[in-house]
Amino acid sequence: MYEHDVLVIGAGLAGMRAAYTASQNGVDVAVVSKVYPVRSHSNAAQGGINAAMTDRGDAWEDHAFETVKGSDYLADQDAVEILSSEAEHEVISMEHMGVIFSRDEEGRLATRAFGGQSQARTFFVADFTGQVLLHVLHEQILRLGVRVYEEWFVLSLIMEEGECAGAVVMEMKTGDIHVIRAKAVIIAAGGLGRAFEPSTNALICTGDGMALAYQVGAPLMDMEMVQYHPTTLKSNGALLSEAARGEGAYLLNSEGQRFMERYAPNMMELASRDVVSRAEQTEINEGRGVDGCVLLDVRHLGEKVIDEKLSQIRQLGIDFAGADMAHEPVPIRPGMHYQMGGIKTDVDGLTNVPGLYAAGETACVSVHGGNRLGANSLLDTLVFGRRSGEHAVDFVKSKKHANIDDSAADPDREQIRAMLARDGGGELFGAVRRELGETMNNHLAVYRDEEGMRTAFEKLSELRARYEKVVVHDKGKVFNTNLIFTLELGFMLDCAEAIILGALERKESRGAHTRTDMPDRDDENWLKHILISRTEDGETAVDFLPVKITQWQPQVRSY
Amino acid sequence: MEVTLSVSRYDPDSERPETYYQEYGFDIDENATVLDGLIKVREEIDGSLALRCSCRSAICGSCAMRVNGQAMLACNTRLADVQPSNGGPVVVEPAGNMGLVKDLVVEFDLFWDKIRAVKPWLQPEGPEPEAEYLAPSEDMLHLSGVMSCIMCGACVSDCTVLEVDDNFLGPAALAKAYRFVADPRDGADNERLGELNEYGGVWDCTRCMQCVEVCPKDVAPMDRIMAMRDQAMEAGYTNTYGARHAMAFADSIEHSGTLDELRLPIKTFGIFNIKEMIKLAPVGIKAQLAGKRPPIFHKKTPGVENVRRLFEKTEKVENDK
Repeated sequence: MYEHDVLVIGAGLAGMRAAYTASQNGVDVAVVSKVYPVRSHSNAAQGGINAAMTDRGDAWEDHAFETVKGSDYLADQDAVEILSSEAEHEVISMEHMGVIFSRDEEGRLATRAFGGQSQARTFFVADFTGQVLLHVLHEQILRLGVRVYEEWFVLSLIMEEGECAGAVVMEMKTGDIHVIRAKAVIIAAGGLGRAFEPSTNALICTGDGMALAYQVGAPLMDMEMVQYHPTTLKSNGALLSEAARGEGAYLLNSEGQRFMERYAPNMMELASRDVVSRAEQTEINEGRGVDGCVLLDVRHLGEKVIDEKLSQIRQLGIDFAGADMAHEPVPIRPGMHYQMGGIKTDVDGLTNVPGLYAAGETACVSVHGGNRLGANSLLDTLVFGRRSGEHAVDFVKSKKHANIDDSAADPDREQIRAMLARDGGGELFGAVRRELGETMNNHLAVYRDEEGMRTAFEKLSELRARYEKVVVHDKGKVFNTNLIFTLELGFMLDCAEAIILGALERKESRGAHTRTDMPDRDDENWLKHILISRTEDGETAVDFLPVKITQWQPQVRSY
Repeated sequence: MEVTLSVSRYDPDSERPETYYQEYGFDIDENATVLDGLIKVREEIDGSLALRCSCRSAICGSCAMRVNGQAMLACNTRLADVQPSNGGPVVVEPAGNMGLVKDLVVEFDLFWDKIRAVKPWLQPEGPEPEAEYLAPSEDMLHLSGVMSCIMCGACVSDCTVLEVDDNFLGPAALAKAYRFVADPRDGADNERLGELNEYGGVWDCTRCMQCVEVCPKDVAPMDRIMAMRDQAMEAGYTNTYGARHAMAFADSIEHSGTLDELRLPIKTFGIFNIKEMIKLAPVGIKAQLAGKRPPIFHKKTPGVENVRRLFEKTEKVENDK
């Protein structure tokens, strides 16, 4: 059995930011991650991080308002105020740690425009901002000597007397299963994109964190709010950053028309993501698409700008769509990208379970509500990663370790033994995962309706039944990825359940949840969060929470 | 498109673990990558195949492996581009120079140890400013070239020095070191260069170019290593074999137009360095026997003044910088 005051699950930006804070405050903190930290999916955030800098004539209130408007008024405004007002501090801290933010001619941090915002307030490193932030935070974790359990896979959370007391973890290289006892656990395990097929998300984004919390009774909130990013490649679902539109890219339909002028005449291509994705899907559905896509055109920016600011996405276009965007438009379409919902937390990252925190995409504070603005996710990871770390530091000071021992891992050991013992003749996890992903993408995408969501729910029951019989070919202990993928599929099925239940519950259209059978927003009945939780007897429960409104009353949303 | 992969397998859980090759044949899309092929295998054909992979778009660095003998990322390598023309299978093997864990999964501990060894974190000088550090835009753009490194280990896999000497810090760690040496905000350049000057550091690279060749992100580790050699010498770290070798080399060319092969090792190691001189003796004897001993009296090439003029010009360009 291992033991730490604070255990962070996940080594992306939120997790490492939390660990950094805890370590600096002298607390014994460790991080457990199923991949090496620099492999985490924070890497994939290309475009930048939002911050309203006062010394640049910007005001955090403007950023906050635009975030609230972007969320279709579902975000909690007290949380958004924290997000926006603490942004400047976070960006400057990261710069001091070593992030090589792109500069202006005076050597100060440069900004670029991003969707849904009136000001250019997105700070960036070319088009690989997330990668640099992640690598720099990792540098700091190395400097501080924080213990990272690399390539250890979390199987379950340990509960003792109603509080979270640690986690059961499998060391992938040996296959050994250990207990890590902790006074506080911070889940920062990222998103669930692989429950959809295709998705921009990495293969590791399997909703582990949300499912772990769900399994111990922590409610998941706003799960129906799934963001489809407007510019993804058809071939493999890869993301082309919003930075392209931030720098001035056009979206064209098959008639060569900048169709956004009909949907968002003021903001055009830089309207909120849900708005742009719907517009694209409508163009495609109405026959003005090109082979199921619309076109992203950056040629007018010139090769120099493309190479300096968009080189990575140019390469992605060449590698995966066979199109060099400096010379031709690239076909793109809306693709599953981000989960606005997650484990319900307060503004300090605390969940409904004592001792259990969550931050980043895994969590739902809620600052993104029905639709997240581009470049707010990196900010979310850092602000709430740090706040969770700070709060956990205080929490563990007055707390003793729970009275548990190595036997806390026995149920997981038994479950894995049973899984490996299944007869070899059944199907592999692959088919079940693919059908799950395709079902979610068919029925819980940009446009939804009751019938489709019901179909998805029925299909989910079938997939669950099949999952119970999935076989694991690899019976070995060492680096058994076959077993890991199978366990991840279990997490994804739980997440899908919460998404579909939340979506069926919300009888209106708001943000990313757009129902063709109920096309209007209904503030009177639905200006509230939907919480899905699993009770001790395995049933699902639905609860509601009012949206916290501080200064911005809901208005009609147009761009 | 019909594809056959010949995949290197290794199962440490078996009674007598050994590497063998297993062939998988299947039909797949024309644009599919090597990774798409491997995922197809593990999801549909043989779940026991172990490999690391995640982002599928060349940013996470998980899937570096050898394809037809050369290190690359499986996720941005199209199968159609690596299909041998003789109709044979595409050979997929684990990255080299790192121990085997299982199938295509290699041991990364040593890789991270080397990264840690270069103290990979910013060490700024003086008090932190209230706002950001002011830094020239060109410097930051230049640094993005090395920050693009995704730590995939392709360069380490195919480094010819690491193959024979695992004390070498290697291309990835040295490129990481350069990221700080070239950062205008870092105040520890001198100490860093001093440490990189030691055994295992910048002078142990043989300039074989493999790292530049295989890097999927154009980080060009070798070029960074060469830049740090120059910087180390400029900073006064001239008392190493590497630095003295470089200086003696340049000296000889400047004064005679060709390399004085006899004096190069003497100037590099020093004539009274008995240990190194003894080590050189067999090479000298072999050269003598083969009739390839360099002449004792090194002659100037005709037109050496043109060579000197080249030296003067380059020096002037350097000084004007």
